[in-house]
Amino acid sequence: MTDRKAADIVSDGYKWGFHDEARPLFRTEKGLSRKVVEEIAGIKEEPQWMRDFRLRSLEIFEKKPMPGWGPDLSSINLDEMYYFARASDRAERDWKDVPDYIRRTFDRLGIPEAERKFLAGVGAQYDSEVVYHNIREELSKVGVIFVDMDTAVREYPDLVRQYMGTLVPPADNKFSALNSAVWSGGSFIYVPEGVRVDVPLQAYFRINAENIGQFERTLIIAEPGSFVHYIEGCTAPIYTTNSLHAAVVEVIVKKGARVRYSTVQNWSNNVYNLVTKRSIAYEDAVVEWVDGNLGSRTTMKYPAIVLREPGAHGEVLSLSFAGQGQHQDTGAKAIHLAPHTTSVITAKSVSKDNGRASYRGLVKVIRGAKGVRSSVRCDALLLDEGSRSDTYPTMEIDEQEATISHEATVSKVGEEQLFYLQSRGIAEQEATKMIVNGFVEPVVKELPMEYAVELNRLIELQLEGAVG
Amino acid sequence: MSKEGALFVIDNLHVSVEGKEIVKGLNLTIERGEIHAIMGPNASGKSTLAHALMGHPRYEITKGTVLLKGESIVGLKPDERARRGLFLAFQYPRAIPGVSMVNFLRSALRAVRGSDVPVREFRTMLQETMELLKVDESFARRYINDGFSGGEMKRAEVLQMSILQPEMAILDETDSGLDIDALRTVAEGINALANDQRGFLVITHYQRILNYVRPDHVHVLFDGRIIKSGGPELAHELEAEGYERLIGEYAAAQGVSK
Repeated sequence: MTDRKAADIVSDGYKWGFHDEARPLFRTEKGLSRKVVEEIAGIKEEPQWMRDFRLRSLEIFEKKPMPGWGPDLSSINLDEMYYFARASDRAERDWKDVPDYIRRTFDRLGIPEAERKFLAGVGAQYDSEVVYHNIREELSKVGVIFVDMDTAVREYPDLVRQYMGTLVPPADNKFSALNSAVWSGGSFIYVPEGVRVDVPLQAYFRINAENIGQFERTLIIAEPGSFVHYIEGCTAPIYTTNSLHAAVVEVIVKKGARVRYSTVQNWSNNVYNLVTKRSIAYEDAVVEWVDGNLGSRTTMKYPAIVLREPGAHGEVLSLSFAGQGQHQDTGAKAIHLAPHTTSVITAKSVSKDNGRASYRGLVKVIRGAKGVRSSVRCDALLLDEGSRSDTYPTMEIDEQEATISHEATVSKVGEEQLFYLQSRGIAEQEATKMIVNGFVEPVVKELPMEYAVELNRLIELQLEGAVG
Repeated sequence: MSKEGALFVIDNLHVSVEGKEIVKGLNLTIERGEIHAIMGPNASGKSTLAHALMGHPRYEITKGTVLLKGESIVGLKPDERARRGLFLAFQYPRAIPGVSMVNFLRSALRAVRGSDVPVREFRTMLQETMELLKVDESFARRYINDGFSGGEMKRAEVLQMSILQPEMAILDETDSGLDIDALRTVAEGINALANDQRGFLVITHYQRILNYVRPDHVHVLFDGRIIKSGGPELAHELEAEGYERLIGEYAAAQGVSK
């Protein structure tokens, strides 16, 4: 059972920070150059259009300045990183064919059990390559495509070409340009019209080679009337030098379709987690981002929803946990471009041991988008005196007939709440855990049970200070 | 009455809050099987006494002792006091959003007992107690005191007491803000728990609850001290006359002694 395994791991002093000896079969030279980008395209035997896309993106990346706002990124040393590594020669279909040392790592994460119990397919990214990708037959029978992005470029080039970069163009920001130049792995999902995928599709990402940045690229296309729930979970080993995770996620949700994208990630505390996530919702479509951010040194992530046509609805439910030395700069964007579109943003953060959590968000309503409703709620919980929480909400409302609300609360784990629980025999540490778990409950309850359990366990480890 | 064998002994208790002395030398002995009532006007030190006895960190015991089953509990954390059999029903219980009553009660019971509680036993116990206190089944799934009405909060306090079965229970103005039906139900909960092994300290402003929970002893608290003790008849006197006469006599006596 996953639970027992996790308990063993914890008793071993596990900090979600072990790493197997990584043995990349190949990696590009340190630093970023035209040569490196061409090499990546070459190794992957990519078509000319993708090679051009990468090179164009590299040029944009080189011209773009680092973001002039938000958290301090000055200690990222882009020249000291490797931008591509390959751990295994080919994508494996069968679990038994997965190399032993990789399997061991996943065993320790409890993945095989997870897969057996819950999953439709597992796309697990090891280093920069997908090594294990199992698609349930029923899915392919109804035309659902769930493959790693590299495979998608080879096998479904028309779909990839049509949609990739349409929501997050390379020029969007420095790190989307970087991702576009050196991306590797990630998931590609295509759900045909009217198809509802009842089981969540899951991918598990993991950085496991010092200095290897991970630049996965995910693209989801939901045709009219379809439904899919995609889950990404990330844990990462701990290393002494800075690691960079710069992903791009694009989600296209057509008329009447619904996509839920859930993330639970626990990067090790040296990782810069800079992710651009964006979705577009057409008529009566629904997009939901559920986003749990633990770990990392710095996270910058603001899932965005472009509400393009009337009746579209978007929700972002996010949770950040900032411990010692961590800055979680997270939030959401709702861009209302059509009348009668609605959005709900709920952001919760917990800060501890001088950790810092910021909410940064945007609600935009263009003129003529009448009858828009949007509500934003940010709740911050501070566990001690030195911890910090900030809110940076931006509202750009150019339409009179819109209902917009914003509410922010900051609370401390109160002496009175603790006293109350303690007066019932519950010791202080457990009482604190109960209060924090209660605080994050609205987010946790939206996750599939296994993830909810894992998230609660991660939070407990954080509270015990057991996470590096 | 032998002090050594008593369930709960408060001896010359002094309590300060933020450097200001509120309880100024209070003495009280509660034997097993006894129900004591402490009555007092506003600002007489009732809530301060309750908080200090339970071990609230901001209520500092500067002098005196408190013995539970013959052992001092001064300096112990609130959870340690609870595990030794002390309970406080709060006047203003705190909401803990996201934590269900049922999980909370189970954690608390496990903590107080020091061992796991079989699910079936716990369920039966919870069901029976909820029936007794006339609370809806949905109550168990609601978050602790979150959005509870005043009456629901007080029932929830008595529910917790009934589940945890403390040897010594302090009830801090559990009657305040209750309508007569709720008051009766809450009193039934207390009476159902009362036996010859338990002690109760019912702290109240009004005599009302004492019509339903019959105290063996009644004490009047004023200015951080017990200024008069008596039997149940004292409560009726207070109801009829108010606190003024007693306070007047006390002030006069103080004046004389000075």
